[in-house]
This record gives sequence, C-alpha cells and structure tokens, in this order.
Amino acid sequence: MEEKISFSLNGKRTEITTDPSQTLLWVLRNQLGMTGTKFGCGSGFCGACTVLINKEPTRTCMLPVSDIAGKEIITIEGLGRNGKLHPVQKAFIEHDALQCGYCTPGMIMTAAGMLLKNPAPTRQQIIEGLEQNLCRCGAHTRILDAVETASKEMKGGK
Amino acid sequence: MKRTDTKIRVQSEPEISGIKRRSFVKLLGGGIFIFLQPWNVLDLLSLPADQARSLTKDYNAFLQIAEDGTVRCYTGKIEMGQGPITSLPQMMADELNVPLERIKMIMGDTDLCPYDAGTWGSQTIQSFGPAMRAAAAEAKGVLVDLASAKLRVPASQLEVKDGMVIDMKNPKNRVTYAQLAKGKKLEKVLEVKPALEDYKKFTYVGKPYKHVDAKIKVTGEAKFAGDLKLPGMVFARILRPPSHGAKLTTVDVSAAEQVPGTQVVRDGDFIAVLNEKRDRADEAIVKIKAEYSFNELKVNDKTLYDRMVGADSRVNVVRSSGDLEAGLQQSDKIFESEFHDPYVAHAAIETHTALAKLEGDKMTVWASTQSPFGLQDGIARDLGFAREKVRVITPFVGGGFGGKGAYQQGVEAARLAKLSNKPVMLVWTRDEEFFYDTFHPAGVVRIKSGIDKEGKIKLWDYNLYYAGARGSDTIYDVPNVKMTSYNQNMDAVQIHPFGTGAWRAPNNNTNTFARESQIDIMASEAGIDPLEFRLKNLKDEKMIACWKAVADKFGYIPAKTPSGRGIGIACGTDAGSWVAFMAEVKVDKNTGKVQVVRVACAQDMGLCVNPQGSLIQMEGCIMMGLGYTLTEEIQFEGGNIKNRGFDTYEIPRFSWTPKMDCIILDRMDQAPKGGGEPAIIAIGAIVANAIHDATGARLYRVPLTPARVLEALKKV
Repeated sequence: MEEKISFSLNGKRTEITTDPSQTLLWVLRNQLGMTGTKFGCGSGFCGACTVLINKEPTRTCMLPVSDIAGKEIITIEGLGRNGKLHPVQKAFIEHDALQCGYCTPGMIMTAAGMLLKNPAPTRQQIIEGLEQNLCRCGAHTRILDAVETASKEMKGGK
Repeated sequence: MKRTDTKIRVQSEPEISGIKRRSFVKLLGGGIFIFLQPWNVLDLLSLPADQARSLTKDYNAFLQIAEDGTVRCYTGKIEMGQGPITSLPQMMADELNVPLERIKMIMGDTDLCPYDAGTWGSQTIQSFGPAMRAAAAEAKGVLVDLASAKLRVPASQLEVKDGMVIDMKNPKNRVTYAQLAKGKKLEKVLEVKPALEDYKKFTYVGKPYKHVDAKIKVTGEAKFAGDLKLPGMVFARILRPPSHGAKLTTVDVSAAEQVPGTQVVRDGDFIAVLNEKRDRADEAIVKIKAEYSFNELKVNDKTLYDRMVGADSRVNVVRSSGDLEAGLQQSDKIFESEFHDPYVAHAAIETHTALAKLEGDKMTVWASTQSPFGLQDGIARDLGFAREKVRVITPFVGGGFGGKGAYQQGVEAARLAKLSNKPVMLVWTRDEEFFYDTFHPAGVVRIKSGIDKEGKIKLWDYNLYYAGARGSDTIYDVPNVKMTSYNQNMDAVQIHPFGTGAWRAPNNNTNTFARESQIDIMASEAGIDPLEFRLKNLKDEKMIACWKAVADKFGYIPAKTPSGRGIGIACGTDAGSWVAFMAEVKVDKNTGKVQVVRVACAQDMGLCVNPQGSLIQMEGCIMMGLGYTLTEEIQFEGGNIKNRGFDTYEIPRFSWTPKMDCIILDRMDQAPKGGGEPAIIAIGAIVANAIHDATGARLYRVPLTPARVLEALKKV
C-alpha cells in the first residue's frame, strides 16, 4: 500500500510515493539517493544514520518514513549552504577528525544539531552530546576538538 | 638528480603474465607503464595456501604516467581509514619529483590492479611502499632517458623538478612528463631495485599531510560498497542458524513469500529472501519458520580457559635458550601467573557489505573487503567461476581492523546474483556481523619467571595456549628462556567454537598484556620502580630510546608500586616497530570503575612517511585498545554468540577519551616499519599495571571490568 508523503529535504519540497512503513534510512538511501546517511546497526545504538528532522538530530534506522510528513529533513548532503561547507564539516577536515569516514556523517549531523541548540557547549557538554555516537577507528579526541572549533566559529557569526 | 643504474628491459612479447598485462594496457590507454616484480619471495611463502597465488607469475603493482601527466598507481591495497591514499602518493611524489596532487591511487580493483594478498599486518608502507618507491624511481629513469633523446643532451646533464625534465645548462630546454608520455605505449618491467632518492632530499615524505579523502567523507560523497546502486538491484537477507554448529532440519518459507515483492531463493540449506526494498527483506526473513538440530561444543565463556589448558594439544617449543633448571637455581624469587584473554569482535561500524552483478559469464562484486583478490579466489573456488571471469572492486572500506580479511559476504552476494540473475546488495545486519566475525582468539598465557637479588631476570618459562605467538618475544635480556605454544590437535579436539582471525596486532595484545603484567609483578615484589626494573633488564637500544622519550613526555617520577598514584607502564614490539607506554588511571574503589586519564606513547617506526597519519593511527590504537582493556568480551554458550549488538557489546565512547601524547622518534634514515597496530599492544598492560599501582589489586584477565576490579580489590 503505497502513499504519497510530502516533506522538505535539504531545503527542497519533496513528494514521494512509497510504502509508508519503510524506515526513513532506507528510503533516503535507496529511493532518494542520499547515501551519506549510513546503516551501522539498525537499532539506534551507533548513530551512523543520524539526520536533522526539524533541526533535531534523529536516528533514521527505526523511524517509519510516514513520520516525516510535513517535516524538514537535512542530511549530510544538504548541510552545507551555497556550495560552502558547514563549520562542523570544515572543522572535521581541519582537525583530521576521521579515519575510515563511515561514522563521520552521523557524527557531523549530531554535532551540528547540538550546536543549533547550544552554540557554546563546554567540552563536557560536547562529550555528552556525542556519547551515543560510535566511532571504531578511535578518532574521538579529534572529533571533540573539531566540534569545539566549529562552535567557536559559529559563535563568531560566520 | 641521480640516474638509476638499472638495465631496463623492454619486453615486446612478455613471456609471463602477458595476457594480464596486455589487458591492463588496453584498459588504461596510452602513456608509460612500469611493472613491478616482487622480490620478497619470503612474503609469498608466508601466505596461507589458498592465498599463495604465485606472485612470480604476476606483477605486484604498476605505475602509469598518463598522456596528461597524471601519475596513476594501481595497487591491490585498499583504503579503510589507515591512510595509504595519502601516504603512498607522498612516497611516489618524492621519487618521481612530481607535485603530490598529480598522483592518483587506484586501489583494490582485481581487473586493474596487479595481485596483492591483502591489506593487513601494517604492511602497506613497510613492504609495498619500498617496492612502489622503486617503481617510481624506475619510472623517473625511463622519463629521463626519453628526455635525453628528445632534448638531445646527455642524461647526466638533466634534472627533474615538478614533473619536468630540465637541461641544467640551458633551463629553457625542458620537457614535461606529459609531453614525454604523449603518444607512447611503452611498457617497462622492473626487475632490480634501482637506487632510491636520498632521504635528505625528500620534499613530501616525512612531512605531515591530512587525509586527502577527508572532504568527500565529510560531505557524504565518498562511496562505500553499500552506497552503490544498480538498475534492478535487490536487497538480500539470508536465513541464519541460531548458533554455530546448528543444522537446518525443517523449513517453511510460505509466509515470507507473502511479503509483497519478495522472492525466496534456495540452494540446499542456503536460503535467502530478495526484495527491492531492504525493509521488506528484513520483514520477510523473520517470517521463515525454521528448525534446527544442535551438535555444539559444550563450552562457554567461563569454562573455556580450563578447557584450553586441559586439552590434548599439539605442543611446540617455539624458542629455547639457556637452561630453565639453571634459571631456577639462579633465581631468588619465583613468580607463577596465569593470564586470560577472551574472544573480541572487530565491530567496524560498516558491516560486511557486497553488491554482486552477473553479466553473461562475468561476475562483478563491489565489496567492503581487506582482500579483494582473496574474495576473487573465493568466488572462483566456491561458485565455479574462472578467476578471470570474476572482478572485485573495492570502494572505500568503513573500517576493517583485520575483520574484513574474511570475505564471506562477497561470496554470498555473488552466489545470490548467480541464483537470481539480478544485481544483489547484501548488507550484513549488526547481528550477522557479530555472529560471523572472525574473532580475536581467546587464549591463556602461563608464565613462570624468576629474578635474582639484584632484580635481574634469570628465568622466563612462557606457555601460550590457543593464541598466536606474535608479540611473545621475551624482549628482555634473560639467560634462560623457553617459549612453548599449545595449539589445536586436529584429531583430538576442537577448541574455538566459531571463527577466529586477525584482530589489529593479532595476538600481540594477549602476549603483551601477560608479559608486561608479569614484569610489573616482579618489579613490585623486588621493590624496584617498574621503569628502573625494565631498564635494568633491557639491552635493546631502540626500546630504551622509546622509554626515555615517553618518560620525558609523561613527566615520569620513579616510585615503587603500588604507589597509590595510578600510573602504569609497559612496552613491546609489533610490525617491526618499538613502542613504550605510560598511563594514569583513576579507580573508583566503590564501583570498580576505571577511568584512563592520560596515555603517553613513544614509537620507533623507522622512517615515518606521514607523521600526521601515523599520529592519528597511534591515537586510534589507544582508543580502540581501551575497548579490549575495559569492556569487550564475547559471551557465548556453545556456538551461540550472546552479545550481538552495541547495547551488549560495549566499544569505546567519547567519555572514555584520555589525554593522549604520542611521539614518533625521528628515524628518517631507516627503513619504514608498521604504524597501524603497534600502539594498541600494551593498552591492557598499562591499565592493569596502573590499577595495581593505584590500589594494589592485580588483575589477570582482560577486560578489566568493574566486577573484576572489585573482586581483585577483595584480595588486597
């Protein structure tokens, strides 16, 4: 039973006809071509599938796509604006805050969402904000540094 | 510039592997090609039989100077975060004298890249790197020869700079690599090592470069195997047994077939559902009703260790020097300990993934694998394809750590593509990833050692049960040593109930934990500061240099243990490199929880090609090492893996992050050694030793969980 679902995806009005009980993760990846959002565990424990829904970092691997009707979705592909990288993306490059890069989109989306709510987090708040995102390569200390740098840049209004 | 003194042989009709080389050249168009013959036959002999494809009939890498001046390096190595996509071009740029950005890596494609057994063992830079540098040096020699003819000046009068060959007497008389390659289809075979560039002249090697793939990885553009899509592609889920050793007895797939769009495919006990939508495949697979018979080993994570030491094992004396009886006589104090190490999972965030497509009689598989050629062989062997009819392509790999040397998912995807004649995407679930992982093997180490009145080690009787010997060297200067390994006696007993394999610095974590704990036990009993005790017993200059560097960085102040400070130290060797570590921990004596506050590590890895990438590898090793040290342990009953998710199998998190100080010793004049693994080997030992220093409690088993810490505290 397919249905029409309308929402905003990376700033564009989007309407798709789809089976509404599918998860947002696989609709994004397989129907909408947004493969930056990754599958890591399928049960919400790793954070690789995180996107922003109405500015809130949200895991998509267990979320029915019907839930996003009328909402604003931002994926890693839509985080930069006007061809410019988001400050968190820039800071990840600057700090070399990744290795294999597989958890990276989920990390960046979680951090970007955290900074929307709290533009000047303490180191401890950054740790708490990312605590439920897993990285196996062990880029943790550089990721924390990157998010700190990004928060400073964003406070400066850049 | 230096001329190479190599005789260059142009083969018009190469007698070996000609077809493969011809096809490379055909596929890749014009330019100048340099082929490499591997000279290290020993590397080849050490390969497992099924991977020992004859390298002598094949060529191990090659370079292409394309007609636009781009330099391409084709290698069977893969990029999984460890950074060769950045560091290999650094090495090549220096040998060829071209700007770094002109070099492109083409990695892990079995049709384009010559054979390579796999990316593991910290071998890319230390073994492949020198061969690749030699190819680059050869390429430069060829280009200078061509330039000499074109510019009509002797080669000795030419210098190479930024991809240009310049007449030193008349700098306007110059020609670019692109111009030299234009219209050429020149093949050169490299057989002898040419002279390499002097390390003092390196422009790129030894300087820090950030990951060249960072930009595409922060924007989501970077493609991993699961990100690919083909017309008509279906997702697969495979029916899995509940435990290793279980056998399917009855099955009813009718309910699965009712899930819209589902096709059930079956080949004996191999049953899978296919659906264009992944969520529907997930829904269908759980609707299959299956029953199994069980014939599992009667063993679990608690009884395993007794089973190992009690088994009728194959006993092998690996090393022996001096006389243990004399060692006993010379010793004033004797120490006997037994250390346990469990099964540990690789747990990369990307699960094993593969996309397979059958076109006519040719199978193409895009896979997350550390061994594209291994997978090619696996498909040829298991599914009856001729090897040249199988192409494996490796996109970016989302973490490997040894676990993606196993390629079961690639063979499964190919099998399903063959059965269904559709492009099949197989993305293992997290449950499958834990179930089919080739775990770090559990093991037991028993050590009997002795020291004299001065604190010199006189006896070292080392017994290793069911883990590998890597890292089991005594390191210390001991006159009476015996190292015995106990392995599976195939006729008598099966020990491991499921697959085991290489896990970052395979088995070295087990051996270094045991050895360095034992050293600490002896130092403490002798009433000697643990660093002083080690230095007293070490002769290895490189190890001593690492100790000096790390102690300086850490600000080490000597003290007898337990000092109450929570400082632990350890050292070891791995992948040709030397490492020494110091750590500080806090132990909550009420809860048993351990927080690692800071870690310092000094590493001698010979020539360090990319100090930035190497530091990142060291930091990654330390973080990952905290996992096996503090929480990671596979729980099992027979063949059933009980913890198959990140809720029950806990890997390191941000709140664990210690302050890290990593130092790489300057060894520019030496050969490069491994950098992806050494800094993980002693994390278990430094933390266990630090817990002892903080509390007096000694732990003999990783992971050092709160329950085990509390238990050990009771004995203080």
